[in-house]
Amino acid sequence: MDEKKYQQLEQQLTPKPAYLKNCLAAFITGGFVCLIGQFVALFYITFFDFTERTASNPTVATMIFFAMLLTGFGVYKKFAQFAGAGSAVPITGFGNAVVSSAIEHRSEGYVLGVGGNMFKLAGSVILYGVFSAFAVALIKSILVALGVISW
Amino acid sequence: MLSIYITSFIVGGLICVIGQLMMDVGKLTPAHTLCTLVVAGSILDGFGLYEPLIDFAGTGATIPITSFGNALTHGALAEAEKHGIIGVLTGMFEVTSSGISAAIVFGFIASFLFKSKRTI
Amino acid sequence: MVNGRGLLTFASQPVVVATGVTVGPLEEKKSPFAKYADKQYEDERCGLKTNEQAHARMMEEAVKIALSKVDKTPADAQFLLIGDLVNEMTPSNFAAGTVGIPYMGMFSACATSVSTLLTAALLTEAGMADLVIAGSASQHNAIERQFRYPLQYGSQKGATAQWTATAAGAAAVTPYIAGAPVITCGTVGVVTDLGMTDPLNMGAAMAPAAADTFKRHLDGHGKTLEDYDLVMTGDLGKIGFELFKTLLDRWEYNVSHTFRDAGAEYYGKHPEFLAGASGSGCSASVYFSEVYDKLLAGQYKRVLLIATGSLMSPLSYQQGETIPCIAHAVEIEMK
Repeated sequence: MDEKKYQQLEQQLTPKPAYLKNCLAAFITGGFVCLIGQFVALFYITFFDFTERTASNPTVATMIFFAMLLTGFGVYKKFAQFAGAGSAVPITGFGNAVVSSAIEHRSEGYVLGVGGNMFKLAGSVILYGVFSAFAVALIKSILVALGVISW
Repeated sequence: MLSIYITSFIVGGLICVIGQLMMDVGKLTPAHTLCTLVVAGSILDGFGLYEPLIDFAGTGATIPITSFGNALTHGALAEAEKHGIIGVLTGMFEVTSSGISAAIVFGFIASFLFKSKRTI
Repeated sequence: MVNGRGLLTFASQPVVVATGVTVGPLEEKKSPFAKYADKQYEDERCGLKTNEQAHARMMEEAVKIALSKVDKTPADAQFLLIGDLVNEMTPSNFAAGTVGIPYMGMFSACATSVSTLLTAALLTEAGMADLVIAGSASQHNAIERQFRYPLQYGSQKGATAQWTATAAGAAAVTPYIAGAPVITCGTVGVVTDLGMTDPLNMGAAMAPAAADTFKRHLDGHGKTLEDYDLVMTGDLGKIGFELFKTLLDRWEYNVSHTFRDAGAEYYGKHPEFLAGASGSGCSASVYFSEVYDKLLAGQYKRVLLIATGSLMSPLSYQQGETIPCIAHAVEIEMK
């Protein structure tokens, strides 16, 4: 049997992802995570000296703290199997990637293990975030300098 | 005031649905999906479109990973506006530092507190 | 006697005189095979510090249990042939160091249970040994962190994903003794690669290898499907097993015959394990417990065991390579 025919057969027999169910789960859980974030922001606005805008920083940090607890107690993984992108896309997913790598590699020590592997999953997000920000900002700065657009 | 909770839920949920479709239909790995979303956030901010989204949806726009790209770009642009092209490099982490520093600090603390166990 | 490519016939009738199987705590709770195991651990790390130490301990215990059943100690065995999936097979190396039996590590990924058994039979056939230990093991945590993600990383797995079993199986092979299951023949697999690339769908990648070895075994040894009470594959999982049967169906074998897959059945009907179990401990722990017991009890007279393995690594997958797969077959008969 050649590769093409087998791949067709494989496509036929492999169950397709439950697109609708997965999207619905991602929508509800992702929305819910953001909603919790909104309440956290409200907390910082009400009880501390934050505005709608500046509250986003402590909110993000708090969400990552929640992610740490849920990851450590083994809840986040179960949540992710149900939520899919609803758990991966919010910043809590970033936190989960860092925390899970950190605790996984503890057996290799705190420097080589935890230190060396903490960002093995989340590192690519930082790389692409930073480099795309650099490229976008550079292009925009040049265009402004040339007078094509303005800030 | 109440409407921000609704828009937050809907916009945040929709960004996650985009991510889910990239994984299920586009067959991307979670890492590829997240990187793409981060880059998308950067580009949207380049066009000045992400900030209005935050005004509209609050945490619905700041909690998804797209906001990470947006915040990096936003910091870079703000510094570039003040100090010229050199600001592109120096301003990048101005806005986003909390996400990364929280992840590092809590990740390290977690490695003291928790042991990796299988769960099902 | 040379009898064709990759075909082995053991005229001296080496036997599997005893087996030892250990399983982890999750398997004890969720697997219908756990009750056939000799030892169930209550802690996923067997009370040790690291997953890898537990991995080695489970293999070591399985070897010792197999030996103790025939009143032997590690000092009586001439060869130890074991393997696993961890980098450089360190768990097997450490286990071998502890038991102190002359050791060759063997790697056929999840097909190691059968590749070691065949080699053990060969050593016995050649008259070089009167007690050889074959076996393989896997430990979920150790394998998962190497091949996939940290244990607590949340990523949604599809219906094709398999769960690495925490289990070890060892078999003691000796020259012919009446009353023990005989290793009559076997077939060494050819690496088969039909261009599958998804590491979360390894059953589909391995199914063609299993089908190829199955056909070569039957054709090469002049057997028919009806000669076997059971044909059991290793860890194709639910989807890979369906593909395997579909391939055989196209070659006009009667697939309503007694086919089973250890991986697909490993966790019973628990849906959270998706397509079933995988790992080199999966086939070893089923072949050397349930199947072996039923052979001894006369429930099966002749079985064909086809262990399957996907010979990839995280490196080869990230470099964009396809998944090469292997399947080794062994025929065991109760005379």
